[in-house]
Amino acid sequence: MIETDIIIIGAGPTGLFTVFEAGLLKMRCHLIDSLAVPGGQLAEIYPKKPIYDIPGIPMILAGDLVQNLLKQIEPFNPGFTLGERTEILERLEDNRFKVTTNKGTVHVAPVVVIAGGLGCFEPRKPPIDHIDTFEDKGVDYIVKDPEKYRRKKVVIAGGGDSALDWAIFLSDIAEEVVLIHRRTEFRGAPDSVEKVMELSNQGGIQLVTNAQVVGLKGNGQLDGVLIQEDHKGEWVRETDYFIPLFGLSPKLGPIGEWGLNIEHNAIEVDTFDYRTNIPGIYAIGDINTYPGKLKLILCGFHEATLMCQSAFKLVNPDKKISFKYTTVTGVPGF
Amino acid sequence: MINLTVVDREGKPHELEGPTFMDLNVMELCKAYGLPVEGTCGGMALCASCHLYILSNHGLSPASNDEENMLDQAFFVQPNSRLGCQIHLHTGLDGLVVQLAKE
Repeated sequence: MIETDIIIIGAGPTGLFTVFEAGLLKMRCHLIDSLAVPGGQLAEIYPKKPIYDIPGIPMILAGDLVQNLLKQIEPFNPGFTLGERTEILERLEDNRFKVTTNKGTVHVAPVVVIAGGLGCFEPRKPPIDHIDTFEDKGVDYIVKDPEKYRRKKVVIAGGGDSALDWAIFLSDIAEEVVLIHRRTEFRGAPDSVEKVMELSNQGGIQLVTNAQVVGLKGNGQLDGVLIQEDHKGEWVRETDYFIPLFGLSPKLGPIGEWGLNIEHNAIEVDTFDYRTNIPGIYAIGDINTYPGKLKLILCGFHEATLMCQSAFKLVNPDKKISFKYTTVTGVPGF
Repeated sequence: MINLTVVDREGKPHELEGPTFMDLNVMELCKAYGLPVEGTCGGMALCASCHLYILSNHGLSPASNDEENMLDQAFFVQPNSRLGCQIHLHTGLDGLVVQLAKE
């Protein structure tokens, strides 16, 4: 069990900066994120995009901002639970919160801060009829154990790096690999594209381009996919597995079931201190909403700062807060 | 001002009026009207949540590589598929008819 002062759900820029502001007030933080690396959207969606509206920094790449934030919070030695999704929130008898992830990691703290951005990133599921009923019965959104596909027929759909990489990797293991892509160009790394073309010429991968999977066949267990190919129409391909790899997209997930007031996938907060309707739970950054809300990193930083002042009173009910500038105190880490 | 018709995912048409002087795109206009378009990435052609179909015969500038790459991660992509965030409102788009793609 991990005990701390503030549990921060979401390790994007707002969550990371919270560690800094909490640290100045001598509160310890632990971050939980479903992604395997810190940075949230900045790491997952646009690491190479320039950001121009961070005060005092004329231009910075999103990925570099994450690295700078990690360096900035280093003195406060935050804990991380990465690659795990926050699932269950409970209130303990001593009034603290117990937060459990999908892998069973337990965190306990008097304050929970939801800095979950757009929600947690999950594989994008194709809206094919009845796909839910085939999940784990032939349809996999991520490849966990490649051995599962040994001497099996596999259909992969997608045109990015993960589709290309898995097609290449599984071509050695599976009985056959079919790669389906909606056009002839692939956006993956040039080396991977070249390798796929080579394997396609040698027969290791069967490439079906200008095509999409539009239906699933099977009675309880997948036994084929319906492919719609330009100029050829629809045809069925027998297969044991269908692996659609269309990247990740954010979903609010279990947070939506914690009894928080939610409007249009965002958590309603009081702008006094960004508290939610549940005492002890705050929401900051892109995941919250209030009149005049702007989804900007710099607004998330501001919200984190004010929120920490309020959280201090919950973490230290007997202490008085004394506000100090970093120009006076420096950054006294711990 | 130009007029656009946006057919929602239930097939219902909505008449929208959009200014051409604010550098708005179709995704932003849909959001301003409260239509169910997420625009998750804010218009960087990085999420495909504003995927739509062009139903009218307007001569649009072709999709960029970034837009095509992102459409690879969308579903039910058709030859008339575009990302709403990459279509900027200008007078030549008066009368544009689009349909929101399934999510």
